[in-house]
Amino acid sequence: MNYTDGQLEQKSLKLRRSVVKWIKHAGAGHTGGSLSCIDILNVLYNRILNVSPENFTSPDRDRYVQSKGHAVEALFVVLADAGFFDESDLETLCCYQSHYVGHPTRKVNGVEQNTGGLGHGLPICVGTALAGKMDAKDYRVYTLLGDGELAEGSNWEAAMSAAHYKLDNLTAVIDCNTLQIAGRTADVMNSEPLVEKWEAFGWAVRRIDGHDIAALTEALRDPLEAGKPSMVIADTVKGRGVSFMEDVGKWHHGVPNDEEFAKAMEGFDMQLAAKEGALS
Amino acid sequence: MYSPEASALAEEIGLKKGKANLEVFAATVEALASSDPQVVAVVSDSRGSGKLGPFGAAYPKQLVEVGIAEQNLVGVAAGLASAGKKVFAVSPSCFLTARSLEQIKNDVAYSDNPVTLVGISSGVSYGALGTTHHSLHDFAALRAINNLHVVCPADNYEAEQAVRAAAVLEKPVFLRFGKAALYSLGSEAEQAFEFGKARLLRYGDDLAFIATGETVAHALLAAEKLKREQGLEARVISLHSLKPFDVDAVLAAARECGAVVTVEEHMVNGGLGEACAAAILEAGVGDCLFHRVGIPDEYTVTGSQADIFRHYGISMEGLFSTAGQMLERV
Repeated sequence: MNYTDGQLEQKSLKLRRSVVKWIKHAGAGHTGGSLSCIDILNVLYNRILNVSPENFTSPDRDRYVQSKGHAVEALFVVLADAGFFDESDLETLCCYQSHYVGHPTRKVNGVEQNTGGLGHGLPICVGTALAGKMDAKDYRVYTLLGDGELAEGSNWEAAMSAAHYKLDNLTAVIDCNTLQIAGRTADVMNSEPLVEKWEAFGWAVRRIDGHDIAALTEALRDPLEAGKPSMVIADTVKGRGVSFMEDVGKWHHGVPNDEEFAKAMEGFDMQLAAKEGALS
Repeated sequence: MYSPEASALAEEIGLKKGKANLEVFAATVEALASSDPQVVAVVSDSRGSGKLGPFGAAYPKQLVEVGIAEQNLVGVAAGLASAGKKVFAVSPSCFLTARSLEQIKNDVAYSDNPVTLVGISSGVSYGALGTTHHSLHDFAALRAINNLHVVCPADNYEAEQAVRAAAVLEKPVFLRFGKAALYSLGSEAEQAFEFGKARLLRYGDDLAFIATGETVAHALLAAEKLKREQGLEARVISLHSLKPFDVDAVLAAARECGAVVTVEEHMVNGGLGEACAAAILEAGVGDCLFHRVGIPDEYTVTGSQADIFRHYGISMEGLFSTAGQMLERV
């Protein structure tokens, strides 16, 4: 289906509402980081990636590997929305013997790799992108990292190799919400200046508003530059869409109480009503 | 590697000196690549130490260099494998199985990407280079990871068979190779190689040496010396697969011999010996004498691989003595 930007913005609101709903239901989850990356995943799965439940086993499909695996709730609601499984399956999220674990696992239809340890997605994607080049395949490979995750050294090993092999079929996105468990990324272990760092590592870099559907589409659709891997630094707000969670570190893996949950749902209803009004 | 007496005995019983398993690995991968363009070797500045120079020259597009970056080595290997490549990730075992352990667990084993991890110059192959370059933990670390074969070939035959079997298994495998030239330990026709199936090299029922990798030849020579000097019939088993594990062969040895000596180029914690001990205890073979030979819980003495082996009793003479002392206790 071809969505307008407005329709995708509306979908993002619904997906965010689902994230909070399922985390509340499970009593566990990474709320803030799931809410910050929803627009990125929404654009990837609904506009960019050549991947669907029908072609998921095809060797020619595009690949998405979520390196920041802790934002699994965002991935699960986006995959359910894309038809990989029924969203009601998430009633078992984090339950005894459920496939829906607190980090991505291939037991869930649509998940490419088991992730959760940080600094793993980019190296794997370098390998898959390299295989695509070796076999002259057209598929593209995407991964999503957190800005706090960049302290893992394996990312920089992979960064060097992606540029060395000129992997312009690889796009990495940083969900740059500036917060990690212990506080501001800038205070815990400053990863800036990101643009200069990635350019110095040989990547084509673009920094955008990570909640701007049009800007995400533009940045993710094609390689930013032939012969170089693409890095999209997406400036985002942790907890986006829930007023009292936005840019507040404690919601990294916070679960709303009943009162907070009701307030969050009310907020989504109001935002959705406003969006529907604007679209009609 | 062998004392003059051991070398003479080896010659007398017809053991032929072959190549290093590392060289057999490289030649076998090259042979596989010649007929299959999907075969890929990934190296971390390790093409020389992995003897893969000729492979790289013959099939440059099938050799992926990642530089000195072992975490990336394993992650890239997993990504290549997920896209259909038959991947051998090659690096010294000391780095591959320690620095990259999380990648082995998550990206290869847990994600079920069929990478063959090749730990080269394993154990104390690097001898006097010291502890940073020894891998005496790799059996223990990798045995505790689900969905990973752990295999340590004892001679050139086992090495080639293991490489070929790993290439078609489509599951994660760890192969552990040393760099010393090895004796060929048995005729190739006598037993088909199979992961999880121990190789019986010598039958006996007075005691059993259950050994793995480069220690097996020493056990075989010790068995011959025990026969000649004490009239004892020692069974010798090459237990090349730590996982999957041939419980039946171990229990048969324990029950029929009543005395088991395990031998490994690994710390005695968490390796072959403990795997055998657990199997024997769980089966209730309580009256079996049992002794582990390996590296004790210490950083090794300085010296060559041969020096270190001799120091810790991983030699014909050492194993002869261990077996003799064990049986005197009966």
